Amino acid sequence: MKILVCISHVPDTTAKINFTSDNKEFVSAGVTFIINPYDEIALARAIELTEGSGGSVTAITVGDVTTEPTIRKALAIGAADAVRINAAPKDAYFTAKQIAEYVKQNSYDMILCGRESSDYNGSSVPVMIAEMLGIPSVSSSKKLTVEGTSATIEREIEGGKEIVSVPMPFVAGASEGMAEPKIPNMRGIMSARTKPLKVVEPVAVSELTKVLSYDKPVQRSTVKMISPDDAGKLWEMIREEKKVI
Amino acid sequence: MSVLVFAENTQGKFKKSTFEIVSYASAAAKQLNTTVTALSIGDVSDEELNKLSKYGASKILSSNNDKLKTFNVQPYASVIAQAAKGEDAKVVVMSASFSGKGLAPRVAVKLEAGLAENAVDLPKTDSGFVVKKGAYSGKAFAQVELLSVVKVISVMPNSYKVVENVLAAAISKFEAQLSDKDFVVTIKETVRASDAISLPDAELVVSAGRGMKGPENWGMIEELAKILGAATACSKPVSDAGWRPHSEHVGQTGIAISPNLYLAIGISGAIQHLAGVSSSKVIVVVNKDPEAPFFKAADYGIVGDAFEVVPKLIESAKIFMASQN
Repeated sequence: MKILVCISHVPDTTAKINFTSDNKEFVSAGVTFIINPYDEIALARAIELTEGSGGSVTAITVGDVTTEPTIRKALAIGAADAVRINAAPKDAYFTAKQIAEYVKQNSYDMILCGRESSDYNGSSVPVMIAEMLGIPSVSSSKKLTVEGTSATIEREIEGGKEIVSVPMPFVAGASEGMAEPKIPNMRGIMSARTKPLKVVEPVAVSELTKVLSYDKPVQRSTVKMISPDDAGKLWEMIREEKKVI
Repeated sequence: MSVLVFAENTQGKFKKSTFEIVSYASAAAKQLNTTVTALSIGDVSDEELNKLSKYGASKILSSNNDKLKTFNVQPYASVIAQAAKGEDAKVVVMSASFSGKGLAPRVAVKLEAGLAENAVDLPKTDSGFVVKKGAYSGKAFAQVELLSVVKVISVMPNSYKVVENVLAAAISKFEAQLSDKDFVVTIKETVRASDAISLPDAELVVSAGRGMKGPENWGMIEELAKILGAATACSKPVSDAGWRPHSEHVGQTGIAISPNLYLAIGISGAIQHLAGVSSSKVIVVVNKDPEAPFFKAADYGIVGDAFEVVPKLIESAKIFMASQN
């Protein structure tokens, strides 16, 4: 079984997010970048599925050379080889198109992504890859098991869950519960240095969206402290002052 | 041209988030001097379909047959894309619900449309077409320009108010051309908690963290939520420890929510947690540590032990809710 895992290079979850003074660009100086937390879950499940079955896991990312430490970490965790599409990811459509084109040249049984990335949170890349390839997609997948040439996936829905059967090849977006993220061990870190990392040039994609600027949420005015003895007055206070209940 | 809105139903009924996006589509259509067509897929009664005309839809399309009775991403996306073409829709609006997140990217690819996911405001259409959307897991917003002829927008639940705008709308059937390739995924089982309030849609959320000390103490959180008609949520350490299901985890790597009221009990307010709840309209924090960072991001704060404060909140909420009726 050949599994492709899509890795997004994102700011650490503890990072403070800042933009340039014209609000046009994210300031990456001083920010640690990590594998998107949901992609780590996808990677961990892919490794579990191929362990002992003779399958292999390839990690792919769309990014410039600065993303290499992130994709090397995927190798350290257990991917057999890696691919970097040499382009800054402009938007979900651009990223999905690069990965879909790569998949057309190199077939996989399964493409696993995180359910969303922690920078753009669109949840779009996995679904777009599937649509571009004309194959099924399952979003917010919490469990994934394989039987022969199909998989049984439990996915999250409004107020519950749904269990679906999906024939290979397919794309799934991994959510919490599918696997526990793996921490690379020393042997993994050493071997990652020599595992193959292929750099592929991007295909041309028409520009459908463009980020013009960023802004930050409005800071709340100072907090109003209520003594625990007056906790019972909270509801009236919220109704009178904020009118939300 | 027109604006097409996908009116998602849950077991034959439209939820508030559907009326929110019909209202959103109606306001967007007004800016563009056009009208709204609402598309429903699946088994929905005419009486329920007619509700869509209360919020600004002037035409209602209903697509239903045996194969479309239950939600399935691929055929639903095909129906929406075909309806968009049939209606000459230049803007397609959906909810950023679990279903919408699976549909919108497929519809966007089918229509070669730029997609703005998790929109939090109406598009600006005075020059170009710019949508404000969430980014960096609630730590920022991005102004995204959609450059394509057709635009697809998925709207964050609770970010646009339901606005009444009663129009006379006719319901017509819509038949899409579907192929077997659309139906390769088989749904084996659907489990829905009938009484639970869906977290992304909830207007009021009662959330608790490690300060509750153990899963056995969640009774009071559930009781308070029930009195208020709120959904329950939790912090990451709580879902990681298995005290509560992952589906309740709000924060950067969980669900991002924007309720009217977020009540956080025994949650210190790590940056990752704040990211997922910062769009809440009002935040109340109960924590025994006066230095908890969450107080800095709150509208109201109570420094005190959850086991003493929550019973008081329960008693007063009972009286408050009774006085509302």
